[in-house]
Amino acid sequence: MSRLHSRHLLGLEDVPKEDISLILKTTDSFREVIDRTIKKVPTLRGITVLNLFYEPSTRTRISFELAEKRLSADTVNFSTSTSSVKKGESLRDTVQNIEAMKIDMVVVRHSSSGAPYYLTKCMDANIINAGDGAHEHPTQALLDMYTIFKKYGKLEGLRVVLVGDVKHSRVIRSNIWGLKTMRASVALCGPSTLLPYEAEKFGCDMYTKMDEALDGADVVNVMRIQLERQQSGLFPSQREYTNLFGLNKDRLRLLNKNYTVMHPGPMNRGVEITSEVADGANSVILEQVTNGQAVRMAVLYLLSGRKEEGE
Amino acid sequence: MASKKYDMVIKGGRVIDPALGFGKDAYVFIKDGKISKIATPTAAVEKEIKSLDADQIVDATDKLVVPGLIDIHVHLREPGREAAETIESGCRAAAAGGFTAVCCMPNTTPCIDNQETVKFVQDRAKDADARVYVVGAVTKNIEGKELSEIGDLVKIGAVAISDDGKYPQNPEIMRRGLEYARMFDIPVMQHAEDQYLSAGAVMNESYQSTRLGLKGSPPVAEEIAVLRDIALCRFTGARLHIQHVSTRQAVAAIRAAKKEGVRVTAEATPHHMVLTDDEIGKEFNTNLRVNPPIRTASDRDAVIEGLVDGTIDCIASDHAPHQDEDKDCEFDLAPAGMIGLETTLALVKTYLIDKGYLAWADAIRKMTANPARILGLPGGTLEEGSPADITIIDPDKKWTVKADKFFSKSKNSPFIGWKLSGQAYMTILGGRIVFKQ
Repeated sequence: MSRLHSRHLLGLEDVPKEDISLILKTTDSFREVIDRTIKKVPTLRGITVLNLFYEPSTRTRISFELAEKRLSADTVNFSTSTSSVKKGESLRDTVQNIEAMKIDMVVVRHSSSGAPYYLTKCMDANIINAGDGAHEHPTQALLDMYTIFKKYGKLEGLRVVLVGDVKHSRVIRSNIWGLKTMRASVALCGPSTLLPYEAEKFGCDMYTKMDEALDGADVVNVMRIQLERQQSGLFPSQREYTNLFGLNKDRLRLLNKNYTVMHPGPMNRGVEITSEVADGANSVILEQVTNGQAVRMAVLYLLSGRKEEGE
Repeated sequence: MASKKYDMVIKGGRVIDPALGFGKDAYVFIKDGKISKIATPTAAVEKEIKSLDADQIVDATDKLVVPGLIDIHVHLREPGREAAETIESGCRAAAAGGFTAVCCMPNTTPCIDNQETVKFVQDRAKDADARVYVVGAVTKNIEGKELSEIGDLVKIGAVAISDDGKYPQNPEIMRRGLEYARMFDIPVMQHAEDQYLSAGAVMNESYQSTRLGLKGSPPVAEEIAVLRDIALCRFTGARLHIQHVSTRQAVAAIRAAKKEGVRVTAEATPHHMVLTDDEIGKEFNTNLRVNPPIRTASDRDAVIEGLVDGTIDCIASDHAPHQDEDKDCEFDLAPAGMIGLETTLALVKTYLIDKGYLAWADAIRKMTANPARILGLPGGTLEEGSPADITIIDPDKKWTVKADKFFSKSKNSPFIGWKLSGQAYMTILGGRIVFKQ
């Protein structure tokens, strides 16, 4: 029986190649489940999963929730806007109270880097990081990798360009760790003010010129740019950002022939990516979303420790 | 009955007093809370000791006998946050760490920016296990806007001024603080941090902050603040003391200023000499969140170099107690600071002396004579007539830092579980034993 090395998924930095391969392989079977008419298996029956969202999220929360429901888990949703956090309760007290009601797994989204790690110190449940601060977003990177893998049949040797706000992007960090573990070549591209200090130590190629970054790449994964970064002086205007780093049809010519365009969403159409490119033939943006659910089912399944049961 | 000639004699130890240039086996005689004499073991001295009662004699065989250690950068939290620390508990921790005197910072609630609060601290400290010297605020409520009544503060006993933790961002205010303090010949103690550059930061800006996705404070935020105030110090002719230096460039700036003759002094903490920001990534340990942040190996090495070549005058703990409840949270929500009074001596021994950076005499100088000189404090020496503030050190005692052994009310130390060498064996304050191992 194959098992993951850890009972939590806190990030991809320390996840070995065999674990990533196992998750991607397991995703295949769940991808098939969600294409069925009856998209439900009894795999996690009797398991209770808490979706602990300390930060607003639409797609990740729904993706996890659907993944849980399709595995027949019982789910509880928590968001800070409707909770006692507003009354000043600490994260430890909040989760320990909920855990006292007997839950097995926690999917956590939090604005503080390291919050999922902190939860492992507060409770016994399996913890899945659904995005912590600017640190990691492992399931997003896994779904990105799965999507690439399905198209090319491999990850090793592919040249993947991650474009955008490297400084604040947890998606980029998880992609860097995961892709490098799987021996893809990773390039980072963005304005120098959004490339964080000593990012070259990640071991990626670094670019501040979009055309140079795209030259000869197989995959371009475009990240959302936030208006608040402009307001805090990290770049002068969205207009200039679009001119320098926006992915448009002209720039696609620089990529390898069988190129792929990705975006984790939500997109600012016309800012970091044109509609023409986002909706183009080589865009896998919606496929990423579908695959995301299957990846999350795989992760929930593998961490639940109930691999023998189910399908 | 005639009064005793001596109240206490410490025998058998190696006496090190850098202020006197003294470093050999000797006996220390105490009378009326003061050092009566230091004598090398001659036949006459042995005879003198034989006339004493056994309970007057402290056996310091295989130990070091040094002036009581002085920590010029401590947060005692009282008034305002007595659950984290009180003057009494902080002084007990000081005594356990071998310190006989501490300087408390003014960022209490209310702030120490007026005579009443200074008086309150002094009253509370009267019977404490360490001497407490008060550092008043540069500006009212450490808001960086209007100068405190510094003359009043000095009159009642403040030994320096500082807006510690809230570096005055406005250079005009800092200039006036320095100029005004010059009248009283007290130093302005400065926490160097340009808060425009460090806004929102929770750790050092480095590859580690990039990796962890935590907002980093760039080392240049400290360097700029140090350079600005050295320039103001040069211009005003006042005395500037740079607190907890943590970056390579700040050390270089202070070195250059000293060479030039600017009246600047500096301190560094053991945690900036021992830790690097690599440690945070392992567990997001909130006890590693301090300000200035733990920096890189290059910065740590530069701080040690500065200490070795005299750029950094003294070692201070920046003892900053926080309750478990406050540190038990997400890393970026935790308050900055760690306790240090009870680990400083052992960290200095284990990481500076044992590694060959400092001799015992150098280390003791930086924890006795130099801090006393910078702030004009009594003590820091075993000279005849000085207060009998003495620390007896067990130099090779191996021990493990344990949370339940701390005398401080707070346990926020990243060194818990560390195996260290060297410990205070006995602490004597004005001739009274305030701590014994």
